[in-house]
Amino acid sequence: MAGYVPDWSLERRGAIDQRRHLEKIKEALKERLGDLVSDESIIASDGKRVVKVPLRSLEQYKFRFHPWQGDRVGQDRGEHRPGDVLGRVPDGQRVGPGKGQQPGDVPGVDYLEAEVTLEDIQSLLFSELGLPYLKQKPLSEVPQPTWVFKDIRPKGLMGNLDKRKSLKENLLRNARAGRPHVGHLRDRDLRFKTWIDEPLPEDNAVVIAMRDISGSMGDFKKLMARTFAFWMLKFLRTQYQAVDVVFLVHHTQAREVSEDEFFQLGESGGTKVSSVYQLCLEVIQSRYPPSQWNIYPIHFSDGDNWSDADNRRTVELLQRMLPMVNVFGYGEIREGGYTSTLMSAFSRIQHPRFKMVTITQKQDVYPALKTFFPRQGG
Amino acid sequence: MANLYPTDGELWQLARDQGLDPYPVVFESVPASVLYQYAAYLIPGRMSHWTYGKAYHLMKTRYDYGLNKLYEMVINSNPAYAFLLDSNSELENTFVRCHVMGHVDFFRHNQWFRHTIPDVVDVVSRHAERVRQYEFEVGREAVERFLDAVLAIEEHVSPPSPVSPGSVPRPVRARPSKVPADLWDWAPRDGPTHRVKPETEEADDLLLFLMTESRHLEEWQRDIIGMVRDEMIYLWPQLRTKIMNEGWASYWHVALMRSLTLTDRDYVDFARLHSQVTAPLPYHVNPYALGYAIFSDLERREGREAIFLARTVDDDVSFVRNYLTEDVARNLGLFVYGRQQDEIVVKSRGWEVVRQQLVNELVHGGIPVIHVNDGDFHQRGELYLIHRHEGLDLDIPWAERTLHYVHQIWGRPVHLETRLEGKRLVLSYDGQVDSKVTL
Repeated sequence: MAGYVPDWSLERRGAIDQRRHLEKIKEALKERLGDLVSDESIIASDGKRVVKVPLRSLEQYKFRFHPWQGDRVGQDRGEHRPGDVLGRVPDGQRVGPGKGQQPGDVPGVDYLEAEVTLEDIQSLLFSELGLPYLKQKPLSEVPQPTWVFKDIRPKGLMGNLDKRKSLKENLLRNARAGRPHVGHLRDRDLRFKTWIDEPLPEDNAVVIAMRDISGSMGDFKKLMARTFAFWMLKFLRTQYQAVDVVFLVHHTQAREVSEDEFFQLGESGGTKVSSVYQLCLEVIQSRYPPSQWNIYPIHFSDGDNWSDADNRRTVELLQRMLPMVNVFGYGEIREGGYTSTLMSAFSRIQHPRFKMVTITQKQDVYPALKTFFPRQGG
Repeated sequence: MANLYPTDGELWQLARDQGLDPYPVVFESVPASVLYQYAAYLIPGRMSHWTYGKAYHLMKTRYDYGLNKLYEMVINSNPAYAFLLDSNSELENTFVRCHVMGHVDFFRHNQWFRHTIPDVVDVVSRHAERVRQYEFEVGREAVERFLDAVLAIEEHVSPPSPVSPGSVPRPVRARPSKVPADLWDWAPRDGPTHRVKPETEEADDLLLFLMTESRHLEEWQRDIIGMVRDEMIYLWPQLRTKIMNEGWASYWHVALMRSLTLTDRDYVDFARLHSQVTAPLPYHVNPYALGYAIFSDLERREGREAIFLARTVDDDVSFVRNYLTEDVARNLGLFVYGRQQDEIVVKSRGWEVVRQQLVNELVHGGIPVIHVNDGDFHQRGELYLIHRHEGLDLDIPWAERTLHYVHQIWGRPVHLETRLEGKRLVLSYDGQVDSKVTL
């Protein structure tokens, strides 16, 4: 077949199977999401670092010889003498004092690793989260203007004619011609009001992050609060045009702080949760009217509250806030297995918008995120 | 005046004039994406599986970063197909086509290839078509999961030899794969089921045994095992003659290029290409270099006839054992290294030590020999495999996971007997729990 040129671009099996392999990597990463979400180095990287994640499930196992047993033949340019050291056995393969052999776990070290960035994790994670409990705005409140007349243009609908501006243009044109007067109106004198779309206030959200900074909140608890808040903010920022964040901290008294302070502060003293719920309520009422804002308060504490009286007061404030918010989250971070008094006070609240999670270890952050932002229903 | 490079036909004739007898060769110039795809799948048009995609991705990425370059890929078929990288220069292509002549002559005349199928590309395309059909019938996931298992043990076939084709005809059952396999396969058979006579071909061919004896499989699954097995049997002679095949091709790219009239510049480029191909690799032996050195040495000592005889009758094991000399070992800088505590240490440069170690590495393609001992172990239809231990222990964690795949195909508990640090050890998997017993 003279002159026949095959179209090699039709050979796509390699590309297709490669894509399937990448899909499998993605699936495997999804299974590891719990660990990845709470990996400090990923969060600290802020998108710049690449993390290597071992993916055992994608290894191609077969019957093979022990990779570090027995001799082999190598090749050089004659420079090595018997006894020369060529290299060291990789970590995990060593048998040294104190390391001990771990039967059943020794040879399988060279497993596949995937390189993962913050963005990869983000897209995996966010595909698992949803935004239920979007507020149903009462009909009476709907006529929020979603557009405004802001601009004047020489073309437009006659109904939107700006008579005043048009007359002024006419006057100016005549003046430029040497005879300042109103008259001889031309099409080009006309000016029209033009509207532009205003972003809906419904597209805005505010996160009110509250954290217990009392003496009992140690480094682990701080880190978990930080991790959770990190992903929560990232997620909400993908869902809304603008996300405001208000940071409140409390021990026996509550105050508003900067983002840095929020994550750094550690103080001594007792805990009075009602103080911060009171402040939260005030912030909502004074700055973020619920009719216009999607509100996501989230509170981290170890639940070691001051007294039962304060627990009651806290529950009361919470119940006042619940109708105003999209989701109110309470994340109890603790290292032991007991149930706090605050948790038991809260557990009597049955409200779909109130979400309670307990974080006792790193891996709990991911399920907690899923509880707060379930993909379906609500 | 520009250098005139020989045409495909002229090169083929030149090869014949020098004593080679290759199949007709069809050359195709292809882009890197295609060449690397064929190299990853080993045969063009082969069935789809993500592990090939993984290999392709890896090889292509290395090429894209300039870490590695393939010049060609040859298919052992009649006529042979040779794919050349479309970015090769004229000189590179001449060099590569000379190299290909060596390969194709080797495919045609080495006795271990006596039974390879001549129309492999068509065969694997039909395989790929059937796999696609099964994906359509039972779902992509199911086929993929099953292939995961079969490919994990694909090496465990009984290798073809000059006297036995290895590939026994599979029972063809003319019935649609939609009929539940149980109806057919649970029909009573004569005598005790799954009994294996040791030292039969069946016992050495795990895939064949699973394909014919597993009670657990549907017809499409047996067919897939059969296809994977046929492809492995086709590839097996290449596994056992890597050094010889590359050595023969390298010997002939030198011989044929030298008989061409080249400009000085081309001659320098050719010399550079040859030295790239035969450059030493860290921790390995370059098969091109070793094979080339042995053939050249043998030709010097015993003449052309001797190398043609070796090309016909030997495989890598016998080739190295018979013809690796002290000179070759020294000139190539071969040495034996191994682990001492946590260090990797050069142990010997003695050529006989090197030769023996090399032979050990090459036996059975460097793949552990697993044979079927009993298909009705405990009289409960359990499968008992034995690893024929020849000095090296298995990677136990890997063996355990691979046993899961065997179980997936067998459908009943599976056992593997091996030796670990001198003690007999039986690994078992019953579908739920791994266990390990030292005997």
